[in-house]
Amino acid sequence: MTMIVEASAVKPANLKADHLAQDQSTTTTVGEISSPNPRMVCRDINVWYNNNHAIKHVSLDIGKNEVIAMIGPSGCGKSTFLRCLNRMNDTIPAARVEGSITLDGQEIQDKGIDVVPLRARVGMVFQKPNPFPKSIYENIAYGPRIHGLTNSRAELDELVETSLQRAGLWKEVKDRLDAPGTGLSGGQQQRLCIARTLSVSPEVILMDEPCSALDPIATAIIEDLIDELRQQYTIAIVTHSMQQAARVSQRTAYFHLGDLVEVGTTDDIFNQPKHKLTEDYITGRFG
Amino acid sequence: MSPSLLLFIILAAMALAYHLGRKRAIGVAGGLKKINRLHSLPAYYGFYAALWVGLPTLLLLLFWAGLQDHILTALTLAELPAETMANLSEGQLSLLVSDIRNLASGNLMGREPSAEVEVAAAHYLRLQGIANITLWTLVGAMALAGMAWAWQRTTPSFRARNRVESIVMILLILFSSIAILTTLGILLSVLFESIRFFQKVPWTEFLFGTQWSPQIALRAEQVGASGAFGAIPLFTGTLLVSFIAMLLAVPVGLLSAVYLAEYAPRAVRTWAKPVLEILAGIPTVVYGFFAALTVAPFMRGLGESVGLDIASESALAAGLVMGIMIIPFVSSLSEDVINAVPQSLRDGSYALGATQSETIRRVIFPAALPGIVGGVLLAVSRAIGETMIVVMAAGLAANLTANPFESVTTVTVQIVTLLTGDQEFDSAKTLAAFALGLTLFVVTLILNVIALHIVRKYREQYD
Repeated sequence: MTMIVEASAVKPANLKADHLAQDQSTTTTVGEISSPNPRMVCRDINVWYNNNHAIKHVSLDIGKNEVIAMIGPSGCGKSTFLRCLNRMNDTIPAARVEGSITLDGQEIQDKGIDVVPLRARVGMVFQKPNPFPKSIYENIAYGPRIHGLTNSRAELDELVETSLQRAGLWKEVKDRLDAPGTGLSGGQQQRLCIARTLSVSPEVILMDEPCSALDPIATAIIEDLIDELRQQYTIAIVTHSMQQAARVSQRTAYFHLGDLVEVGTTDDIFNQPKHKLTEDYITGRFG
Repeated sequence: MSPSLLLFIILAAMALAYHLGRKRAIGVAGGLKKINRLHSLPAYYGFYAALWVGLPTLLLLLFWAGLQDHILTALTLAELPAETMANLSEGQLSLLVSDIRNLASGNLMGREPSAEVEVAAAHYLRLQGIANITLWTLVGAMALAGMAWAWQRTTPSFRARNRVESIVMILLILFSSIAILTTLGILLSVLFESIRFFQKVPWTEFLFGTQWSPQIALRAEQVGASGAFGAIPLFTGTLLVSFIAMLLAVPVGLLSAVYLAEYAPRAVRTWAKPVLEILAGIPTVVYGFFAALTVAPFMRGLGESVGLDIASESALAAGLVMGIMIIPFVSSLSEDVINAVPQSLRDGSYALGATQSETIRRVIFPAALPGIVGGVLLAVSRAIGETMIVVMAAGLAANLTANPFESVTTVTVQIVTLLTGDQEFDSAKTLAAFALGLTLFVVTLILNVIALHIVRKYREQYD
């Protein structure tokens, strides 16, 4: 409980003046929130669940071809923030999102924006593998079909194959594409879900604790995959494992009770955290 | 000295035994402060004593109540003069027995009893008095013995809790087997009567004959008394009415389930769902006269206005009203199944950019389909077994037709007409009802088994 009081009361001394200082943030973020080559730009994001202020004045850039990790204790709002990026919070009736989020310079927060193409451009992989109760082939073909991406069965076959190859699953399943997706192992199911996300050619992939339901070997395979995918995609990953954040990400953002406390390169965050809360968390004093 | 008084006394004795058993346990342990020396809590020793006092005496009472009359009657009849007995038929004998019993309980009305009966009744009363005293003595002795047994067993190391729990488990098994045994009993009674029917009428004629006219001639020259038992027109009538009902209930129920589960705001759901379920609470007889007095004339009028000839008792009217009755089954079961589809599947679909309708059509609906099929099959078996609506609205004429505007009759309607009123129980006409009931039972049983199997298979997929 003492840490909670501190979180809103402490104003770190070594504040870096950034261009959002005029906003009435409860906590001002330490570190460089902007990216030289941004894919998504979020400014002053607030999220409420009914009256619960879940995200408070968060501003953050997500750079092209980088993996950004979001860490923090449970309930800190990192998953909620991630769900803002493809407007998945729309599916929760009680949630209300304010602020500006742009994708390639285009605002996505307007009510008039159609979430269908947005979600095709910003894909999402969930905590628990959630393959549809269909065949492996149909799981991948689902997205291209609803978006009308292919014109013939041959094209669709090819798209399914390349998606599975990129997700590193092709060799394991190429002989049983008609088998149900739910029959795969947990790690394979998660790679199937990644392949499903890749099938609609997204620019950004959001991953919400993608390895928390997997064993260490499956986790290692997915982490290698994330590193490969970085060449073509922008990836934002929420994780509970600090080792995972250190292994896969280039930048790390530390959330605490709805505040974005500190952002920086992964090296800096883990080796020389500037904020006391960040330091306490990554040295394992709480969380 | 009535059995109910005895029952009450046994219950009081059980309460006393509980109290004594508990006290005894505390005493054995050496006072309230040392009850942790006991294996179980003191109350379990009390329950143990109460069960030992109550169960044997209650069982005795039950057997006594079942057997007393038979034994007393047999003893009384044995005292009657042999020549009187020899001349009596079975019917006269039972009349005599009831005379004796009525006189013994002082209820013999209107007739002056014969001397024989008076003697027998006096004998009966005397025997009854002896039996009562014996019963009370036995009950008292068994209660005391039970208490003594429990008293002597109560030691600190005695596992009273385990004993009480195993006795309770046996009681639970007994009670749960009542429902199963009842089902079995119904099935067997229907089965035996059906076998009698099939001895009179070959089962091939019953299952494949197309002529249904169950009246059997009392006189040889009687008109229209052919006595044909071909049940095909009944089966087709049942199927036609059920089919019309499902034609209405499945789409309406399913679509309203989709709306309630996926689209409706919480406020709408909170009042729409109970309102829909009120439909399931309307007595079927109310649906019946709604069908017969409102829907059927309306249909006939509608038919006349477009030049169609619709019978006053049409399959259409009965089927439509039955469909309305079944809507809540379909919608409620389907909504449960749709809600049971994990949110993660919806999220996965939305995250790929699918719209709500695409998600419902391509992900939720296929995932929920087995459960929906199960729900629909349960509704079908409900439709096939439904009686009141068709009795009032479908008619009695066994027409072999697929035309919904004509009057048809169903299996259930025929069972009702065959068994209501004064009937002799040895004619094929009456026994036919049991054969029809058996057929109905088998068909709905098969449907239910399939439905439950599908529902269970579906559940395994996500648990």
